[in-house]
Amino acid sequence: MIQIHKPGFYSSIQDLGRFEYRDKGVPISGVMDMISAKFANKLIGNPEKAAVLEITMTGPELEFNEETLIAISGAIISPKLNGNDIYNDEVYHIKKGDMISFGKLKNGFRCYLAVQGGFKTETVLGSKSWYVSLTNYSHLQRGKTLEIAKRKEYKVKEHLPGMNHDFNNKELEVYKGPEFNLLSKDQVNQVLSGIFNVAKENSRMAYQLKQQLFPHKYSILTSSTLPGTVQFTPAGKLIILMKDAQTTGGYPRILQLTEEAIALLAQKRTDEEIIFSLKE
Amino acid sequence: MDKFKLEYRQYGNKALLIEWPRMVNEAILNDILKFKNAILQEIDTFELIPAYNSLTLISTTPIDFKSLTSRLKKVYKQNYTFEKIQKKLWHIPVCYDLDFGIDLEAFSLEKKLNIEEIIKFHSEPLYTIYCIGFLPGFMYLGGLNKTLHHPRRGVPRLQIPQGSVGIGGEQTGIYPQESPGGWNIIGNSPVKVFNTNNENPCGVSVGDKIKFYPINKDEHELITIQVAAGIFHLKTYELDDTNT
Repeated sequence: MIQIHKPGFYSSIQDLGRFEYRDKGVPISGVMDMISAKFANKLIGNPEKAAVLEITMTGPELEFNEETLIAISGAIISPKLNGNDIYNDEVYHIKKGDMISFGKLKNGFRCYLAVQGGFKTETVLGSKSWYVSLTNYSHLQRGKTLEIAKRKEYKVKEHLPGMNHDFNNKELEVYKGPEFNLLSKDQVNQVLSGIFNVAKENSRMAYQLKQQLFPHKYSILTSSTLPGTVQFTPAGKLIILMKDAQTTGGYPRILQLTEEAIALLAQKRTDEEIIFSLKE
Repeated sequence: MDKFKLEYRQYGNKALLIEWPRMVNEAILNDILKFKNAILQEIDTFELIPAYNSLTLISTTPIDFKSLTSRLKKVYKQNYTFEKIQKKLWHIPVCYDLDFGIDLEAFSLEKKLNIEEIIKFHSEPLYTIYCIGFLPGFMYLGGLNKTLHHPRRGVPRLQIPQGSVGIGGEQTGIYPQESPGGWNIIGNSPVKVFNTNNENPCGVSVGDKIKFYPINKDEHELITIQVAAGIFHLKTYELDDTNT
């Protein structure tokens, strides 16, 4: 069991997502940065779909009441074990009474804490991902506890694999979206050669971009949307849907991010720059 | 059966979008649902999301757009008029009391209709579910009486209570959970069409029909208790193609 002393800015349990209910309006949720989350699980011998703790911007303070292995991957938020610095992408043996805390955010925006066996929280509609209104919790709360699933024997590998995931990269790989062809040549140019900044309206639901492009009057009959869909609002703003986004929308879908681009964008914070790079 | 001219569009590397002519009508919706059933019998590796004039196929792994499109075109050409679409009619109680229908009085003044007329016009039609989205279990309903069409509120409310029944433009619907929203609220339904406590969390599907029936405040309270205890069951009727 893990005791939550401080919740951090926004920490939630996530796995790879909740599928098969999109036709009922249920967002898939799941980890925002799949690359880092899968990597943290891999380091300690978990299946990649094991539920992890997604930590955003500032970290929680957690007291472990049982022995386990942990690994942290993704953003560097100066993690500490009993007050001493520890490092991302390493495996640590946690003993009863150990305390994990975090400090300054140094790189990226979200990190993933994996525990051996995964977190044992409620499963709703086939997933452990927290989502407001479906699960009892949407984010960590002070004074609550988290259970750890039963762990198997695991021998930590001597040579840990490296992770190739550069958060300073600005380039988001995209495909053309279904309504890409609504854009004129000039407009395509504006979208594909422009530098954009992340607006302060960024969350697990969507990342808005600051720049305002040309206003337009295109609309579509409400149709399905996906995480990574770039919507183009009539006012000329770009909204990039993320994992908790609604499953349908009426704005033109001009681009579609790759899963890797979603993982990269999940590590961006307000004001940071991005560019779109079209993948053929 | 009339066949439509369809557009196949690549949607990222794991999804494919099929579009029908841009119209809201039942013939298109039925064709979408029949094609969906036919696809399900051929290929079972996709999540299929129907909405108004589109059907989206989503895979968890990358798809070969070209070969999938030609496969789908073949399926569409097949004569599957025999395909039955399973549809249900759901009777959903709505309490139009002023305590719930916080915009009813203003709505009545602006539309120059008395409240009884609004209730009659709203609970008379057989609505069609064209799409489910926005929130888990939020139904986009078609079939609102023209006299009740009304623009959304200028400024959306930050919190609309769960179960609120509203009118926004040409649409009506129920907010399945507390949420922000800009629709004119005319009543409240005590039932939950989306409930994770149920084995099937959301009985309603795109293509199903909805009929609202007015209840008073006491009945609303009673049904709320029954819903919480898990002993309230919505009245449903199976429909077949002949009566849709």
